[in-house]
Amino acid sequence: MSKLSQRHLLGIKNLTRQDLELIFETADNFKDVINRPIKKVPSLRDVTIANIFFENSTRTRLSFELAEKRLSADVINFSTSNSSVKKGETLLDTVNNILAMKVDMVVMRHASVGAPHFLAKHIKANIVNAGDGTHEHPTQALLDAFSIREKLGSIEGKKIAIIGDILHSRVALSNIFALKKLGAEVMVCGPPTLLPKYISSLDVLVEWDVKKALEWCDVANVLRIQLERQQIKYFPSLREYSLYYGITKRILDDLKKEIVLMHPGPINRGVELTSDAADSHHSIILDQVENGVAVRMAVLYLLAGATA
Amino acid sequence: MQKKLVLDSHLLDITLNRLCQQLIENHGDFTSTVILGMQPRGIFLAELIHQKLKALVKKSIPLGYLDTTFHRDDFRRREIPAKASETKIPFAIEGLKVILIDDVLFTGRTVRAALDAMIAFGRPSKVELLVLVDRKATRDLPISADYVGKYVDTLDSQRVLVELEAQGHKQNKIWLINKD
Repeated sequence: MSKLSQRHLLGIKNLTRQDLELIFETADNFKDVINRPIKKVPSLRDVTIANIFFENSTRTRLSFELAEKRLSADVINFSTSNSSVKKGETLLDTVNNILAMKVDMVVMRHASVGAPHFLAKHIKANIVNAGDGTHEHPTQALLDAFSIREKLGSIEGKKIAIIGDILHSRVALSNIFALKKLGAEVMVCGPPTLLPKYISSLDVLVEWDVKKALEWCDVANVLRIQLERQQIKYFPSLREYSLYYGITKRILDDLKKEIVLMHPGPINRGVELTSDAADSHHSIILDQVENGVAVRMAVLYLLAGATA
Repeated sequence: MQKKLVLDSHLLDITLNRLCQQLIENHGDFTSTVILGMQPRGIFLAELIHQKLKALVKKSIPLGYLDTTFHRDDFRRREIPAKASETKIPFAIEGLKVILIDDVLFTGRTVRAALDAMIAFGRPSKVELLVLVDRKATRDLPISADYVGKYVDTLDSQRVLVELEAQGHKQNKIWLINKD
């Protein structure tokens, strides 16, 4: 018998360690399911899920859609580029119209921080945050932590460095919350302009030198430079960023220790990671993608199951 | 809470031996038969029977664990979702005879879910059900067991408790419990 402490997955911040462990244990079983010849279970066959994406996405949207289909849910997809949002409809109106068609769960990505929290106050359906602005991206953090747990056996006591554009990254914030709750040591590393001012108040180490960060950590989670969110220049050029913060296979091989390399995607090859590093044996980037489906199945299953 | 002993350790052993003999009678040397224990509690019984059969027919018999959680029909209809357990079936069941093993047969809904879950691993030529305790007249579905350890008359409000040494209990015992 098992239940999450929350009705919605808005962020990692409101989850307990027990919640995280329950999600991982459930995801273990779903990972087994998606590796069978018949990759489908009938659990959510009477559930309808709307994937509402107000921001671009490939991996997350496909991963959610596949997770929903593997659970036998009915799925409708919505993206803003071809919708009435362009005609000036508000968020609440859009979602209420979708819910009027008898939808049970909403998976939403939005450019505004707190958009899913706002919805959660106004609608009855379960909400899964698939990324809200620069705030949280809980399922990414869950699949990152799940992948570390799978690779290293556990997360407790492991040293994890999050490297790159921390300031604009929802992945970074959710990862910090998840990893700290699971007992890991966390370091953030990037140019000072891309580190939030009060980041150390989250009880993380701060490092400006990427080589020192790599020396320290067991796992390096490398983030993309989010140019689309940067209104001003935070560093002189991508070339200079790549020179000081880009990770190459050579740097990894010179470490004389095992290191696990992660990236939430999409990779800007040649900027934060060179191709030979991204494709090296250190990398578990494609395992992360596989685990994403299993973890999202676990989240949807646990949220849907608790509604009765 | 009242507890009544249904089977003690000695009688249980006799029952298990009888069930094994019945299985051998129908399956011979188990060349085309596999055993699936149903999670979470049926697996301990399946292991016990598997051990005994191995000693009797002197060859290894494939043993797997089947979890039915994701195939249950009461999902979203109960307060707290059931917790999933591991499914471990490291062989194909296509064309083979399957013996499903669980400790207690009550409404029959778990068995229905198991039949559904099993299909992901192939189409068995035949499926049989073995249970240690069959609670008579409590079935919701038209399901019955092929091999029964003991029939017990029960009320819906009563519970059958199976305690096996493999689960960490001192002695193998089966109880009937009255909930007050």
